[in-house]
Formats: sequence, structure tokens, C-alpha cells
Amino acid sequence: MLDDTDRRLLRQYQHGPDAALAELAEQAGLTPGTCARRLERLREAGIIRANRAVIDWRALGYEVEVSLRVTLEKSKPRAFDDFLLAARDVPEIVEIQTFLGRVDVRLSVIARDMAHYQAIYRSAILAFPNIADKEAKKNL
Amino acid sequence: MIELDTTDRALLRLLVEDATQTASALGRQLGLSQPAAWRRIRRLQEAGVLKSQRLDLNAEALGFGVTVFLGVKLATKGRVSIADFERAVSAIPEVQTVEHILGLYDYRLRVVARDISDFERVLRRRIMMLPGVGDVEANVLLSEERRPGPSG
Repeated sequence: MLDDTDRRLLRQYQHGPDAALAELAEQAGLTPGTCARRLERLREAGIIRANRAVIDWRALGYEVEVSLRVTLEKSKPRAFDDFLLAARDVPEIVEIQTFLGRVDVRLSVIARDMAHYQAIYRSAILAFPNIADKEAKKNL
Repeated sequence: MIELDTTDRALLRLLVEDATQTASALGRQLGLSQPAAWRRIRRLQEAGVLKSQRLDLNAEALGFGVTVFLGVKLATKGRVSIADFERAVSAIPEVQTVEHILGLYDYRLRVVARDISDFERVLRRRIMMLPGVGDVEANVLLSEERRPGPSG
């Protein structure tokens, strides 16, 4: 359903999502009209979900990002659901991923500094249900 | 550091949903005039809060049904060149992101593949052939959600 032109267009668009339509069309070797029609078709087909702004949390004073890997107590039937519900309540958790592997869940936590991270960790994360084991990594 | 009011926060939420909206469309949703919405966007851009955009593609619809995160530890035996490793890993088309991390592993790679057997090919022919590669841990991504963050 995708042809080579679609793939080329997506590659260019992914590389520069803030490019103007005319610029994107030129990079993909298309006329602006054809380019716009193809993008519309890719959106309708659900291949392009959205073009999203990325917030730079550092510019808002969040200097620290910690990746927290969690293993859950999986013998309980609602272990994932209850854990995820609790995680969604903490605004500093900006990403939640679940896995099949040694790690069950990975949380990306942002904080103003390490002291702030410790406070979030102690007051919220430690109380999350069904944690069997966890390990933190600081992103470089 | 920039201070945000409720309108700024609402504006950020709308732009994270869809960054291609015009200032007048955004203004309509927030009860602002087009120039007022535009000034707020400019201010957020100048403060570095809004710096980039990300295309959200449906990997499955593109034929990539499997996403795997690999923790890669560099081998300590022999002199491993970090530059060589990073150059080689960046050249693998199935590797979407490369993050240098502190912890048990040295790198975290996001790898896409058509299916599990395609992933096996990438792992054996590409990843395991990288210069200096040591221990590798694989976790298959089941679900992923981005949250609005503290501005929400």
C-alpha cells in the first residue's frame, strides 16, 4: 500500500518534521500539491498519527531525567493495571513503557534536581503497588 | 527561567497533540486572538521550551510489528573505541535511537523489525557484529504511552 515515493516522503518528513510543505515537497522530489495529497492520504490511513511538539523540560527547570526500570510481582492478576494507574497519577512521569523480558515497566521521570527526584521517589514511587525490584539509570 | 500561566500550559498541551495548528486555530481553542496566540508561541520558542517536533508514525502500519529495546554493554577486554561503536550502530537502519546511559549497560538501543524472525536477523547479523559489543539484554516493547508531564 506504500510505494517508494511514500517511503521517501516519510523519511524526509521524519528527518525534518518542522519543514514547510514547499521545502518538504522539494526534498522528496514532488510538487507541493502532490506532496500535500500524499500526506493527507498517509494521515487518513493512520500511518501518520500526528506531528507533535516536543517540550524541552530543561528549559522549564527540569534538569534531571531518570529512567526507572521496574520488575513487578506478576503473580497478582492486576499487577500491571494497578501499577500503571498509580504511575499515571504522578505528573513528573513523562513516559511509561511495558515490556516482555527481564524488565516489566520502564518509567521516565523528570525532576528539577536530584533532591526533587528523591522527594518524588520517596513520596510517590516507593508506594506504587506490586513492585518486586527496581533499578534507576540517569540519562546522560 | 520562564514562568508559565494556565494559558501557556493549555497551549503546550495543544501543540503536543498537533504542532501543525495555526496560531488562529490555537487562539480559537484558547479564547485568544491570533496575534496573542502567536506572541505566546514565539515566547515559548525563544525560551527554548518549544524547540523541536516529532513525527508520530504508526510503526505497525508501516510493517514494523516489533520494537525491542536492547541494553548493550561494551566488552572490557581489548581497547574498545566508543567512536567506532557509535558510528557503526548509527549506520544500522533498524536502530531508531541510541542513548548513552549510566548503569548496568552502556547503551540503550531502540530497534524495530518486521517480526520476531526479522529481529533475530538484525540481532545476529548486525548488533552482535558491532565492534566492541559485549553483553546484550533484550526487552520486547509491549506498550508505550507518553504522558503530558508537569505542565498538564
